[in-house]
Amino acid sequence: MVDVSSLKKTPFHRRHLAAGAKMVPFAGYHMPVQYPAGIIAEHLAVRKSVGVFDLSHMGEFEVRGPGALAWLQRMTTNDVSVLEDYKIQYSILCYDHGGIVDDLLVYKLPDRYFLVVNGANIKKDFDWLYAHLTKDVTLTDISDETGLLAIQGPHAQQVMAQLTDYDLDGMGYYWCAKAEICGRRMLFSRTGYTGEDGFEIYCAPHDADELWERTLQAGASSSMALVGLGARDSLRLEMKYALYGNDIDQTTNPIEAGLGWVVKPDKGEFIGRDPIVRMKTEKPGRRLVCFEMQQQAIPRKGYKLMKDGVEAGVVTSGIHSPSLEQGIGLAYVRQGHDRVGTELSLDVRGRQLACEIVKPPFYKHGTHR
Amino acid sequence: MILDELKYTKEHEWVLIEDDIATVGITDFAQGELGDIVFVEFPAVGDSVTANEPFGTIEAVKAVAELFAPLSGTVEETNSAAADDAGIINADPYGKGWMIRIKMSDPAELDSLLTPD
Repeated sequence: MVDVSSLKKTPFHRRHLAAGAKMVPFAGYHMPVQYPAGIIAEHLAVRKSVGVFDLSHMGEFEVRGPGALAWLQRMTTNDVSVLEDYKIQYSILCYDHGGIVDDLLVYKLPDRYFLVVNGANIKKDFDWLYAHLTKDVTLTDISDETGLLAIQGPHAQQVMAQLTDYDLDGMGYYWCAKAEICGRRMLFSRTGYTGEDGFEIYCAPHDADELWERTLQAGASSSMALVGLGARDSLRLEMKYALYGNDIDQTTNPIEAGLGWVVKPDKGEFIGRDPIVRMKTEKPGRRLVCFEMQQQAIPRKGYKLMKDGVEAGVVTSGIHSPSLEQGIGLAYVRQGHDRVGTELSLDVRGRQLACEIVKPPFYKHGTHR
Repeated sequence: MILDELKYTKEHEWVLIEDDIATVGITDFAQGELGDIVFVEFPAVGDSVTANEPFGTIEAVKAVAELFAPLSGTVEETNSAAADDAGIINADPYGKGWMIRIKMSDPAELDSLLTPD
């Protein structure tokens, strides 16, 4: 048993308790996994209308100094030099052997870069980055001073428009801004992990109460749902967004994970470049694929995919898809069995149940732009 | 919610005894812990079950759980409504969400069940 008193609390913690959330330890925080409505209802609310998420467990680092761009080019796989001010980029930190330290967002602000990393990896990432720091760069972990609230769903803009006068129509996906939100200056972005349109708002802990109350008031007319980590997982999985610790980790390479699109070898040297380029040329021996169950079953992490009685792959994430109403999963599948349309079977406690490799994403009606 | 007239197991199942028939379900606590239940797998009518051995599974969105037989006997009936729409187990775990009825073969096993206090 985890001692709850040893867990960190986000600035919205008491709101979750008041709302009757089921709380779990996650990434060292006491976090809501679901509210009384339940995962399926929360998930569908985000697909059809709008939901609000406390993501304050995520890590935030600031990178400053004249060497910031060159240093980030060396630390991350994507090309940071293409970023205009206020543009955001999805990227990866790799080890020398090409395994993944973490995936992250890189925000380009006029005077600094702002990195958002997975909550469970804050210390590991900071240590890794710090160990490679150059003299002309400063790195600051501001995770403990940063709350994060996400508003996600097709009605997200209607909610956001009640919190700020900022021109949201003119704001594209993966752009950010500093603006007055609830009367305070805050950084926010048009980003998310659900496949829907949405915003992520970074706040100081002392602004969290005001932000929570105003957001809930603004969302009332859209029947906004409170959404926990359970539905966050099912929403991201329907989009095939990778989850660190499940689908990607230090033993997986960006190419086999299907993340080659954020690896830019032409930009020059970066950590992990050679093994990644080699795998790109030689083709990986396994690939992360999407599969759908054709029989009633829910894939779970660690289950095996079989072809003609022989193991063909291992499930890294699986769930009952609330949108598709069937079992879906991600799995690393051996070369030769990894094509879309391949019929495999899932070993569920000794029973072989039919499934098929499908094209991502599972959910094809997302409103993100 | 705990109902006094029922007996319970350590696996958070409830048992209602009527003559030699035991009706089995999961507690409100158990359905809450599992979250949204997607489907259940029950044995066939006429199958024998053994006390403390698995007799079926519950698949919830986030987790899978085994069902353990509280008593030995043969399966008299399974709840086809719950098999068709497992959500009723979340909604009404002590009523419409019952799971199976077992014809008991060893009434002495009743002593190992727990009472609400």
